[in-house]
This record gives sequence, structure tokens and C-alpha cells, in this order.
Amino acid sequence: MLVCCTYNNDLANLSSGSNLSIAGFEHNRFPGAARAWLRANLDFLILALPAVAALLAFFVAPLANVLVLSVTEPTTGLDNYRMLLTNSGIQRVLVRTVNLSLITTVCAVGFGYLVAYVLAGSPPRQRNAMLFFILVPFWVSALARAFAWILLLGQNGPVNSVLIGMGLSEQPIKILYNELGVTIGMIHYMLPYAILPLYAAMKDIDQQLLVASRGLGASPFATFVHVYLPLTVPGIAAAFSLVFVYSLGFYVIPVIIGGGRVLMIAQYISINVLDTVRWGTASMLSMTLLVSILLLTAAGNGLKRVAARGNAS
Amino acid sequence: MTVARNWPWIGLKAVAWLVLAFLFLPLLLIIPASLSDQSHLSLPRNGLSVRHYAKVFQDPVWLAAIGQTLFVALAAASAATVLGGLAAIACWRTPGKWAWALRGLVLLPLIVPPIVSALGFYQLWASLKLLDTYAGVIIAFTIKTVPYTFTAVASSLFLLDVRLEQAARNLGASRWSAIMTVVVPAARPGILSGLLFAFVYVWDEIVILLFISSREIRLLSRLIWEGLQDTVDPAIAVVSATLTILTAIAILVLGFIQRDRLAT
Repeated sequence: MLVCCTYNNDLANLSSGSNLSIAGFEHNRFPGAARAWLRANLDFLILALPAVAALLAFFVAPLANVLVLSVTEPTTGLDNYRMLLTNSGIQRVLVRTVNLSLITTVCAVGFGYLVAYVLAGSPPRQRNAMLFFILVPFWVSALARAFAWILLLGQNGPVNSVLIGMGLSEQPIKILYNELGVTIGMIHYMLPYAILPLYAAMKDIDQQLLVASRGLGASPFATFVHVYLPLTVPGIAAAFSLVFVYSLGFYVIPVIIGGGRVLMIAQYISINVLDTVRWGTASMLSMTLLVSILLLTAAGNGLKRVAARGNAS
Repeated sequence: MTVARNWPWIGLKAVAWLVLAFLFLPLLLIIPASLSDQSHLSLPRNGLSVRHYAKVFQDPVWLAAIGQTLFVALAAASAATVLGGLAAIACWRTPGKWAWALRGLVLLPLIVPPIVSALGFYQLWASLKLLDTYAGVIIAFTIKTVPYTFTAVASSLFLLDVRLEQAARNLGASRWSAIMTVVVPAARPGILSGLLFAFVYVWDEIVILLFISSREIRLLSRLIWEGLQDTVDPAIAVVSATLTILTAIAILVLGFIQRDRLAT
């Protein structure tokens, strides 16, 4: 793979080099080095320009604006960020957000690992059936899923009917509009996000390694712990950081299933903009969320790379 | 994988299917709820009825929302496919540190949470007078879906040999016609699935819409959102059931597209 890339790279350099020597006869407007760079990269620039221009103007610029607001609104300085240390309301929201996201991530990655393991070990026909049951929920609107949970978990919903019917509970238990319901909804939403990267990592594992381990006398369990599990660590890192990062910024499920009673950071930000109009607080929390997510993503990628390198050697 | 069909494996498999049931069964519940014979939102009591479907699909408010969403989704998905596709071709042709930087920029909208993007859009759109306009909503969705179309096209170009396009150029094709006749056909599965991903995204997105649209642009997700706030309107069940069934169909179609790709 790496070999093939360098090969293509060299080839591309060679060909653009030859273009350059032919073009050298045509005009001589730019000084040598700059012109060579431009010649070699002109196609790249033309192809990339629309996306780069659109993203800089309509995405990076507004994000920079939010950053500026977070240190200028209402007064210039770091007052907004100081609230992270002093405001107990904000701290409660942050602690709840991290808590629920961690529980969601551990459950989604744990169960997701199991499903991905079975998926990778199943014959193609069964695997396709399982993938269908994973991909449909993955793509169905979050709104439709939140709605499904409201139907299921309500006081008179099927879950409570079954619990009472089986004699497990005397009266309907409250699952909706509290942290339990939100956690169930979030795990449900995040499971496919955990399963898919884990499955991608397991699919590529060389089965001969497992056969070799068994052949050398290791038990199935020892083979799993010493051979299979280490090989899937990059996948676990990827799934864990993806699910955790998505959970932190989650809006729809906590708002609908939590019914406004389970305040997480995304909803808190929107209240600060749309209801109480405190742009300083909202943009400070947005930046805090964004920086945490970028750091977590970078850490996840780093861990993935280190683990992959460890396996390669 | 040659796994002995032993008891631990069967146990694992049973748990995996239980997890899949947890994933899938809640969605199935939406369908009987949408076919309820009751006038309020509930599961059917005495029989099934399609009267809520008839009501929704004759209601000008819901129909207008569906029409608007269709238009916005088509426009944003097409724009995102052009932007993301060209960027993917750029990265594929010229690997290196610029391609790496471009990839980072293009994937940024995927990493930034919707609520943070929404804040940014809201401020800029207010100053550009784009709030609650088609242009504003389409641009925002284009930006948010570029990562999907980029990734889809990039993955279908992954195995395509750069020399093919160079061969076309050497044989006299212009830069543009080499791309159109060699690269684009090879990337077709990626273009189609990217288009579909972007299209589906628009039907689902609500957070950004809550900020940048109000009266003029009322997309389907906005109506569902408002309906979910009071949870008595059976129309929500009808629309959710329809979306779920359409999603299932779209996945089967995608499956066929990808199978074709593997076959060729």
C-alpha cells in the first residue's frame, strides 16, 4: 500500500516535471520556483478551489466569529471562560454531559464490539442480514427514533405493559423525561456508530494468525485475549472517540426524550442563544465543546496510530 | 472464518441478535402506531386504518414541507457532490501535504457539532440577510454534507490508477475531458452514494434549521420537531413511518450500487 503510494507520487512528479520543461518555452512571467510550484499544482488548485472557498467563507469564518464573540461579548477578556470555574449551573450541565456521554460510549462500544465480533465471524448471507438491521437504524432520522422511544417508554407504553404484565413492577415506572430514558435513547442512536468502525477493523484481521495461535496450543480464550483483542485496539480507539465525541454534542435525543428535564451542553447553548440571548456564554461553551472534541479526536487518532504501529512491529 | 459451532459462539450470537433487536424493534413499532384506528396518537385498538396517511398526504402544510425539503435536499446534495467530488479528485491526483490539509478542511464540518455550526451560521446569515431563505438553508446544508460526498468519492477513487488519467491526457484529451471521460465514470458509485448520503442528511437535520429558518422555510424535520413537542398528533407517526420505510428502501438500493461496484 505504502509502496504503491510512493510509486504514484514519483510518477506524478515525473510527469509534472516534464510538463514544466515543455511549458518553459511558452512564457516566463513568474520567477522560477514559484512558477514551477504553480505549474505542478495548478490542477490541484483549480479542483480544490470551489470547496476551499466555500468552506473558508461559510464555515471557517463563522466559526472564527464565534471564537471572537466568546472573548468580546459582553466585555473583552476571558470572563466567559472564568464561568467554567465559578458558575455551578454550567458545571452541573458539563458534568451531566460528560457522565451520560461516558456511560453511552462504554455501553455502545461494549455491545458494539460483541455485535461486530459476531458479524465478522458470520457467513456472508447472515452478515448481510445483520448489516441491514444495523444500517437501517443508522440512517433513519433521529427524530423518528426519538419518537419511537417516546411511544415505547411512556407510562402506558409497551415497555411498562410488559414489566407490569410479568409482575416485575407494580405500577408504571418513569423512564421517559429522565436520564435513564435519555441514556437508552443515546445508546440506541450510537450503537451503529460503534459497530461499523469495529467491524471494519475486525474484517481486515488475517485469520491465519488465529489459526496459528490455536495450532501452537493456545486456548480459544487465550487466542482472543493475546491475538485478536490487541489487533482490534485501533478499532476500539476509533469507535470510542467517535461515539464519545458525537455524544458530547448531542441535541435531539436529550431534548425530546429528556423533555427539557435532562439539560446537556448542546441544549444549554441553544437556550442561551434562542431564549436568554446570552451570546457570550453560548459562544464560550461552543468553543469549549469544539476544542474538547478536536483534542479527543486527535487523541483517538494518535492512539489508533500508536496501536496500529505496535501491532505492525 | 472457520469457527467451530460451539456453545460460546452460539451464546455470543444470541446476545448479538438481542442487541440487533434492541436496535431494530423500536423502529418497527412506529408502523402500527401510524396505522392506528384511534383519532389521537396511540397504538391501534380495534383494527388498522390508513386514515392518518390520507390526512397527512392531503394536508397542504405537510405537502408544502415535503416539497420544500425535496427541493432543498436536491439542491444541497448536488452542490455538495460537485464541491466534494472535485476536492476528492484533487486529493487523489496530487497526494501530499496539500492534499492532507485539504482533507482536514473538508472533513471539518463533520467534526464540528451541529450546535456549534448552527451558532456560526446564525451570526453570519443574520449579517448577510440569509436567515430564513432558500439560499441560506441550501448553503448551510451544502457545507455540512461536503464531508460525506468527499469521503464517498475519495473511497471509490482509492483503487483507481492515477496513470489512467495521465494516459488520456497523453493521448490528447484536454484536462477537462480527461476528468469527465476517465475519472468521473470510475467514481460513479462514490458520486451516487455521496449524493444519496447528502440527500438523506437534509431530511434528518434539525439543530441548524432551528437557528436559520423560521416562517418561510419550514422543512419536514421542523414540522416533526414541533409535533414532537406536544406528542399528540398522529401525523408524526405517519411521517416517521414513511421516513423509516423509505430509508430501508434506500439502503437496499445502496447495497445494490455497492454490489455492482464490487462486481466490476
